[in-house]
Amino acid sequence: MTAVHSVSDTQDVGSTASGGGAVETHPVRRRRRRRLTGATFVPWLFLLPAAVIFLVFKFIPMAEGIRLSLFEVRPFLGDIFVGFKNYATILQDEKFLTASWHTLVLAGGQTLGAMLIGFFLALLLEGHAKSLWFVRSAVFLPVVAATAVIGEIWRLFFYPAPEGFLNDLISWVGLGPWEYISNPDTSLVSVMFVGIWKHAPYDMVLILAGLAGIDRQQYEAAAIDGASTPQRIWNVTLPALRPVITILLTLAAIRGLRVFTEVYVLTGGGPAGSTDVWMTRVYTTAFEQSEAGLASAGSVVLFLVTLVMTVSVQWYRRKKEAR
Amino acid sequence: MSSINSSRFDSAIGWSTRSDAWVSKGIRFLLSALAVILFCGPLLVIFSGAFDHNPDPTKLSVIPDNPSLINFQVAAENKIWHYLANSLIIAGGALLLQLAVSVFAAYALARKKFRGQAIALLVILATMMLPEEVIAIPLSLVIGDLPLVHVSLKGTLLGVILPLGAWGFSIFVMTEFMREIPAELEEAAKVDGAGELRLFAQIILPLCRPALGVIAVFGFNMIWEQYLLPLIVAADPSDYTLTVALLALRSDDMVGTGIVLAGALLALVPSLVVYLSLQKSFLRGITTGAIKG
Repeated sequence: MTAVHSVSDTQDVGSTASGGGAVETHPVRRRRRRRLTGATFVPWLFLLPAAVIFLVFKFIPMAEGIRLSLFEVRPFLGDIFVGFKNYATILQDEKFLTASWHTLVLAGGQTLGAMLIGFFLALLLEGHAKSLWFVRSAVFLPVVAATAVIGEIWRLFFYPAPEGFLNDLISWVGLGPWEYISNPDTSLVSVMFVGIWKHAPYDMVLILAGLAGIDRQQYEAAAIDGASTPQRIWNVTLPALRPVITILLTLAAIRGLRVFTEVYVLTGGGPAGSTDVWMTRVYTTAFEQSEAGLASAGSVVLFLVTLVMTVSVQWYRRKKEAR
Repeated sequence: MSSINSSRFDSAIGWSTRSDAWVSKGIRFLLSALAVILFCGPLLVIFSGAFDHNPDPTKLSVIPDNPSLINFQVAAENKIWHYLANSLIIAGGALLLQLAVSVFAAYALARKKFRGQAIALLVILATMMLPEEVIAIPLSLVIGDLPLVHVSLKGTLLGVILPLGAWGFSIFVMTEFMREIPAELEEAAKVDGAGELRLFAQIILPLCRPALGVIAVFGFNMIWEQYLLPLIVAADPSDYTLTVALLALRSDDMVGTGIVLAGALLALVPSLVVYLSLQKSFLRGITTGAIKG
């Protein structure tokens, strides 16, 4: 509880705030300690609003969720402790297993697709010209539009009749008509397509930032060596973008596991459960089947999976940086 | 820069910047136009459909067939303005709260040294691992019966606003920014006898305006995107936000496509306005901070 202790405790935080010297002689230190206790009170006061909100709306619900996952929840009758039975039920439930498979496919496909399209967009729109800035701003709009809005318009485009909007378009090149989200065979791909459309411009912006950091002389040197454009992209651009791409891919994939709104708005998990993902399943279990215990177990499983993935990615990155 | 030194390698592809490179320019123009149509076209269709008298899902276009305001009149009967008001109150309230909370927390984290600081940072990082999807079910119970005070926020706008009031991302962006402010400024003010609150309000806060822009535009976007939270807080459909109400409108057989599109348009316009007016902040935020999110 000494002043010296508290100063050295926080040194690794790397703060630039004014704090004063570290080690001092005894009488001074005693006086200092009193001042510092007064001062330590102030930061916590500033942190209080955040702490209260996080406690009430994040940590207590999380704890409550873990508790509920161990109970069979019966409103008005009293909950029964069932141990890990809810987890066993969920991990053997066919619908949850199918949903987890859909989640993986959707998260993976969406992440890779958005990255690929974002990469091509970035190559196309890199530059300082004002017109390019305008195009970039326009292309970025799907990112800021709310998912619910995007879902409504794409539902209309996906109108399954031959005279539907998209079917009309693709008939010009001799394709279709398709049924998109109305057919269990194509529904998941259609949802994935909308996700790619919404997220690709976001990846574009980050890749553009990465492109801007590449030394132009490397391009010059490659050109002098007689490398073609694809060779240059492959050997100079891509290696330079690797850090950005790796981070983007892992974070987007982890985030993709929590997908809910896109699916809920576009298909509600249907038709015939063909687009049911983990979160829509949890939602149905909780609010339509009123099985709060089972649904909580589902949430905890999702949390653990994302936690393990995030921590291992961070750990891997640290290890690489240390090398 | 397209100055005298304009190099071929302004871009990775090597798009020519010479004024006589017609082929390269033509290809780039066509592809750019295609990209704009692909990514903006669908949003334009919302505009035209909303103003089209009785739009048919099979005959969507960028220009309304038979322009009228009838969709908005019918939408008004379906309480669309009420939903919009819900959305705007939530967005305004939650954003103000979020900004205040972030600035306060960041001030402590960036400008002070105190015992437990590393733990505080870690805890905030942990909140970012608890997105609303993961805690949705227990959160709906907590909102129905707040701990200690035992008040129910179910069916209130406050029930949506308060959980959105603190966001780890905003706190981190703000903290990073505040760390860059030189300590000399603070010390000079302290010598002048400025108290803690004056120091915060008159020295630190005015310097944070660029970062405030970043967290404001990100915060708005995050709040406007909320779907699950307003859905679980609502006690009945009149509590819905506009984005949540869209699905209810669509499921109502008495409501046509045009009315849904009118609602979609009203839900789209605020995000466009915020993005276009704070675009620089948005892009800066993505490239500096978003990687951590």
